[in-house]
Amino acid sequence: MEKGESRVVIGGSGSGKSVILKHIIGILKPDKGNVFIDGIDLKTLNEEKLYDVKKKFGMLFQMSALFDSMNVWENVGFVLLRQKKKKPAEVKEIAIEKLRMVGLVGIENLMPSELSGGMKKRVGLARAIAHEPEILLYDEPTTGLDPIMADAINDLIIMMRERLSVTSVTITHDMNSAYKIADSISMLYDGVIIETGTPGEIRNTGNPVVRQFVMGSAVGPIKIEGVSNERIFDRA
Amino acid sequence: MIEYIEKVGKIVIAIAEELGRILLLLFNVIKQIFLPPFEVRNIFKQMMEIGVKSLPVVIVTAFFTGMVFALQTYTGFQRFGAQAYVGTVVALSLTRELGPVLTGLIVAGRAGAAIAAELGTMRVTEQIDALETLATNPVKYLVVPRFISGLLMLPALTIFADMIGIFGGYLVTVGVFKASSVVYWKRTWDYLEVSDIYNGLIKACFFGAAIALISCYKGFYTSGGAEGVGKATTGAVVLSSMTILISDYFLSNWLFK
Repeated sequence: MEKGESRVVIGGSGSGKSVILKHIIGILKPDKGNVFIDGIDLKTLNEEKLYDVKKKFGMLFQMSALFDSMNVWENVGFVLLRQKKKKPAEVKEIAIEKLRMVGLVGIENLMPSELSGGMKKRVGLARAIAHEPEILLYDEPTTGLDPIMADAINDLIIMMRERLSVTSVTITHDMNSAYKIADSISMLYDGVIIETGTPGEIRNTGNPVVRQFVMGSAVGPIKIEGVSNERIFDRA
Repeated sequence: MIEYIEKVGKIVIAIAEELGRILLLLFNVIKQIFLPPFEVRNIFKQMMEIGVKSLPVVIVTAFFTGMVFALQTYTGFQRFGAQAYVGTVVALSLTRELGPVLTGLIVAGRAGAAIAAELGTMRVTEQIDALETLATNPVKYLVVPRFISGLLMLPALTIFADMIGIFGGYLVTVGVFKASSVVYWKRTWDYLEVSDIYNGLIKACFFGAAIALISCYKGFYTSGGAEGVGKATTGAVVLSSMTILISDYFLSNWLFK
């Protein structure tokens, strides 16, 4: 991937999308193959060096994964508070600034349990950008949100790239979102990237598997787990 | 026949695997204890959770255990005229056995369950993964403070349990049975040795470390949503309690022989 690129990985449930993200950021270690970040093979790094590389990343989780024992600004300022280079009051100021960037004002003292799903996503995004990472990873950023909130999150992802010039990898199965935020889209099927192209190329693809997925059709070469194809064809 | 061997084999492998993972976690914890940053604030927070907040239950348990122990020994020892030794029996059994073991069981039920449930929930809601993405080692941030707190707070709680239990025994012996207060204290101090107390505290250290390690392990490797968290919590309490009761025999055999 190029610096500053926005890549979206699409694929069905259980195709290995989340696993890709966890490998990129080094939470999981690959059984086979290598992950290179800025030319460095993560496999060759010891634990301490790996944590240095992790500082280049920010990640937005599907369910936001906010720390429920801390309030909103402590969540956003988590890394800065731990680095202890700044006083808590300064960190709080930075957290409020990051929250404003994602469109949230006046909620810094609330607990995560008091927030709606969309707000949690925004706080999660503010936390992911608080330590000014170079690479942002989004794990199904629009899943579980209403269409309007989902589009607002898409706009935020685009804004992050434009204002912070970060590289981003998004995994999703929301095609509206994918077309909107991607420079390029890769389709993951059965653990293998079967096609990569611009949103336009993917939309008009000749590959029947990709075609079925982007059209959102139950009928086609992709089998639905646990459901026999005959039944679907009967119904169709 | 082969089916049975397979079943037994599977159980043995499962136990070996679990033990191995607990030991690996222990090695990781010991390594992380000595690497900066030192989680001082977190350690104090956990000492509060594991230690200070368990104190009321420990006090009540120890007080009534001491009282019932004095009640039973007094009436029993009366049969052969040895009631003067109630103080000795209460003090020895509390410092050597009941203090550390009862405190251990209480903390396993109270703090062990809380640790497993908290870490388990953090695991299934991806908060532990989130820590990693925020350049924070979850073993260092979550497990080390709980381990150190368990190690330090269990003996502290045991000291309270010992004192309160002996006091409870005194109240029953002197207050209910009208025995001599002087005799009770004299018999207590005559036969109680410093080694009884500190060997009891060594046991408590071991129990504290075991509870924290096992509960963290169960929480840390939780999978399967809400049901998984429930299983992890039950598992933590059962395994911690079993570890306390079984290891107590071997520790006693080693420390008090």
